[in-house]
Amino acid sequence: MLRKILILALGVALAFFSGLSFYQSRHLKEPVVVGPGVTQVKKLSEYFPAIQGSTNDAYVYVLEGAKPGGSILILGGSHPEEPAGRLTTWILTENAAVEQGRLFVLNSANRSGTTVTRLGGAYPADYTIRTPWGEQKFRTGDRWSNPLDQWPDPEVYIHYPTRQELAYVDIRNLNRDWPGRPNGTLTEKTCYALIQLIKKEKVDIVIDLHEAELQYPVISTIVAHQKGQDLAALASMVISAEEFKIGMENSPKALRGLSHREIGDNTDAISLLFETPEPFLDATRGRTDARLLLEGKDEFVVRAGKHGLLYEKIDEKGWPIDVRVGRHCSTIIQVLDLWSQDHTDKAVVMKNVPKYKEVVQKGVGAFLQDPAKAPPKTVYYE
Amino acid sequence: MIITILYYLLVAYVVFLMIGNIFKSKKWQEEVLYVIVLIPFLLRLLRLK
Repeated sequence: MLRKILILALGVALAFFSGLSFYQSRHLKEPVVVGPGVTQVKKLSEYFPAIQGSTNDAYVYVLEGAKPGGSILILGGSHPEEPAGRLTTWILTENAAVEQGRLFVLNSANRSGTTVTRLGGAYPADYTIRTPWGEQKFRTGDRWSNPLDQWPDPEVYIHYPTRQELAYVDIRNLNRDWPGRPNGTLTEKTCYALIQLIKKEKVDIVIDLHEAELQYPVISTIVAHQKGQDLAALASMVISAEEFKIGMENSPKALRGLSHREIGDNTDAISLLFETPEPFLDATRGRTDARLLLEGKDEFVVRAGKHGLLYEKIDEKGWPIDVRVGRHCSTIIQVLDLWSQDHTDKAVVMKNVPKYKEVVQKGVGAFLQDPAKAPPKTVYYE
Repeated sequence: MIITILYYLLVAYVVFLMIGNIFKSKKWQEEVLYVIVLIPFLLRLLRLK
């Protein structure tokens, strides 16, 4: 009996320490020091009260210009384990200023997904960005909502309202649940809330920030709903000529639940999705640690490239986070510029956001503000 | 919500069975095995993972 109690006590101790680690990771505070450009900080539940108090009742940072114009919504953290998207939204909320029009930014579109890592994937719980004032930690997160917030998954996920059959786990994937439904799962409700935001605020363009594995053909590109084809194609040409190579893809009409398809179909907004390369996501990667997440260097992915298995180039320099965030920043700037040139009455003029070259040169950390030195009123926690 | 509650009840039942098996078992190797299997169920039941 003593042996049994000892073995059970050992198990409980293991569960306690691992549980403590999971709890701390889930509750890691990520400060956002809102810049002077942020005029309002709302909650997503203001657009759909049913998600009030839930994990996904995210902050909506609003940047309004003095001059009326158009409205742009930028989503970071649809897939939180694609950190370039979230870090780009940090740069926007902490630095951007809007002269004309309005910018809505969500740093954690699927906040639940930021609180869990890939089950069985040996992901690092968090990662650290070095800044001139110290270090800032971020939760790594996962592609899907946390099972603690939405569980169990069905045998087959039937997308609403098209009834297309999708992978069971994608019922927790924010980018497979659009346009959402008011009485659905947490992830579906989150999409529904975002659709209400888009409709209520009369958003003209929605930009969903992502990253992709190099073995996935949709990479280094702008995926555009047909309403945004011209805008995306022009942005792709200008950026490719001036800064870095980026493609343009049409949103497939037969694949449902994705932001670039459903937002365009279900609202008046143009929907665009940006992809940058993230070797951390590749199936043939080596050790899955924070270094790989941030430096994007992996000898096995490089080897896969030498065998012609990749859709994007990679060498020993990898795909560092500064390069990936820089790409997102420049693509946003270019899309806004082109949109504003063609729609002067609905222009969105933004400044103080670094372009690709500047982010690569100075690093992402150079654009993160020190929460310790900021007035407490300007610090929010994601 | 009802399905979620039922799943948590199922998890609690599995935890109960496994602890029972630890006390029924006569081999220490089996007891260790039960404890290892028990941990993820316990973490889910306590809403930690």
